[in-house]
Amino acid sequence: MREVPFTWTRGLVYIVVVLLAAAYLVPLVVVVLNSLRSAQEIAQTSMIGWPKTWAFGNYAEAWGSFCIAQTCTGIQPFMLNSMIITLPATVLSTLLGAVAGYAISLWRFRGDGWIFGLVTLGVFLPEQMRLIPWTIVLRDVGLSNTLAGLVMIHTIQGMSFTTLFCRNYYLSIPQELMKAARIDGAGFFRIFWRIVLPLSPPILIVTVIWQFTGIWNEFLYGVTLTTGTQQPITAALIALSAAIADAPQHGVQSAAVMVAALPTLLVYVFGGRYFVRGLTAGAVK
Amino acid sequence: MAALVIRDVNKRFGPVDVLQGINLEIGSGEFTVLVGPSGCGKSTLLNIIAGLEKQTSGSVEIDGRAVNDVPPRDRDIAMVFQSYALYPSMTVRQNITFGMECRNVPRAERDAAVARVSHLLQIEPLLNRKPGQLSGGQRQRVAMGRALVRDPKLFLFDEPLSNLDAKLRVEMRMEIKQLHQRIHSTMVYVTHDQIEAMTMATRIAVMHHGLVQQFADPETVYNRPANLFVARFMGAPPMNTLPARLVAAGSGVNAVVGTGDEQVVLPLPPEMAGFAGREVILGLRPECIAEERRRFGEDVEPLMVEAPVVMTEPTGAETVVLLVLGGERVLGRLSPDVRLRPGERGRFSLDMRRACLFDPKTETLIG
Repeated sequence: MREVPFTWTRGLVYIVVVLLAAAYLVPLVVVVLNSLRSAQEIAQTSMIGWPKTWAFGNYAEAWGSFCIAQTCTGIQPFMLNSMIITLPATVLSTLLGAVAGYAISLWRFRGDGWIFGLVTLGVFLPEQMRLIPWTIVLRDVGLSNTLAGLVMIHTIQGMSFTTLFCRNYYLSIPQELMKAARIDGAGFFRIFWRIVLPLSPPILIVTVIWQFTGIWNEFLYGVTLTTGTQQPITAALIALSAAIADAPQHGVQSAAVMVAALPTLLVYVFGGRYFVRGLTAGAVK
Repeated sequence: MAALVIRDVNKRFGPVDVLQGINLEIGSGEFTVLVGPSGCGKSTLLNIIAGLEKQTSGSVEIDGRAVNDVPPRDRDIAMVFQSYALYPSMTVRQNITFGMECRNVPRAERDAAVARVSHLLQIEPLLNRKPGQLSGGQRQRVAMGRALVRDPKLFLFDEPLSNLDAKLRVEMRMEIKQLHQRIHSTMVYVTHDQIEAMTMATRIAVMHHGLVQQFADPETVYNRPANLFVARFMGAPPMNTLPARLVAAGSGVNAVVGTGDEQVVLPLPPEMAGFAGREVILGLRPECIAEERRRFGEDVEPLMVEAPVVMTEPTGAETVVLLVLGGERVLGRLSPDVRLRPGERGRFSLDMRRACLFDPKTETLIG
């Protein structure tokens, strides 16, 4: 490695970078610290401070016994709700997006450009705009206030992104490969299953991470379309803070936030490398 | 019987006529090469034969059966691609048997076929590798194996050698030719390389601007090119083409090239006497222009001309010389021991028996 001589400009760059990183991390630090402080301690001193006594009990309470909207089960059932919504919606939207992206990129058919245009339009439509149509759809198919309803919404909406991602990735698969497979006698799904899918892990990892974090963190539909025990964790966190507005429980709340953020944090920690790699990869070198 | 008949095939991409009225009849066991510059429509024609693209009009018959609405898988063909198009996630064995897998061929039969083909192409040690672990030449062999394992009615090759380096290309060229001599299958081979066309084909279809310019055996295409395009495209270095006036001389005829001091008079074979008085383009292969002492046959009196040398290109086996004849630049092929300097005047021996005459307007061969 080349030794970089120290200069004042370089020092300044470091200072700015460290300050920005610190500012960015302050909220996380505050939440982590508060999740380990008791409510009294926070109330008596300040929202920002080092724990005097480590209140690990906050986590147990947040997880299993804290009362949210008259049910004292903690966030545990809502975490389960989020899992029940996120896992199928992630898998389904990724698989459907892969098939759709494969069809659009590697099979030319009349109007394929238009269909791709319409699909990607979904990426740019604001969530709020789709809220009322979805409410009507859920009512008409009988899935109002259900986890299945949210699975359906996230699967369908996610397909815009997953189709776009997969289509762009599959464009790097040479047409000659498709021609060879067609002469060999393989049809649409056999080519997908035996040739295209085995080339797909880099982009599938990207879409899975993208979909998982997006759906897990989604708030608007969760809070609007579900109530009570059907809510995902993001909506439940708000219910939790509303329930204790008169007697703030910042310690337990912080612990609940930490637990709620854990799945997406883990996905990033373990999948982040593949995420960056997959975004820049092509299917065939 | 004709193994492949192409009748009045047209292909249009939007406003562009890629193929215009293609007619070819290819006999069983023939090795036909479609050759032409890029954009001439040769690959499109091959894709239409394969069923990978649909012609705008016209028909394709394979082994006496019209296949216009038959999908590629049911045309009983095999194809080798320029990029080899091996399935990256499959082993060599799986690549070779994928077609049989799609057709639900029993496993024992598949194994036997792999054994036969891998022995034929000597790729047995590679069977369990992935394409990514193979060299270019090995990939080429596997691609051939995938085609051969099917024993199809028709083999199609789409520039299969153009991704190989020069040495390997020559080796594989010979191998494919030997393979054809051994298995006598009908093959259609697309290339832009006229040497591949000359060396491998039993018949060559020279294509340009979506038209077949000439469809004949290599010797005819080389010695009697149907028009100026074929004359200049086939052969390296290409045929010399000079504007000339034909003047009667006794019972024979002379070609007069150039005017004034540069004028050169070249006596033509007597059978061309009928063209006296016409303006033509005279075609002469570079090997018909050689060093002074060369004789083109026992009882042939060579024609001697003197001409200034512009440049020489020694290739080792011969020396290509650029000289000025009647004000026109022409190429000759000399014995490598003849050393001429640029600017020098040299004496050259000409073989006019193989001269071709083209009409200057239609550019077609007239004599």
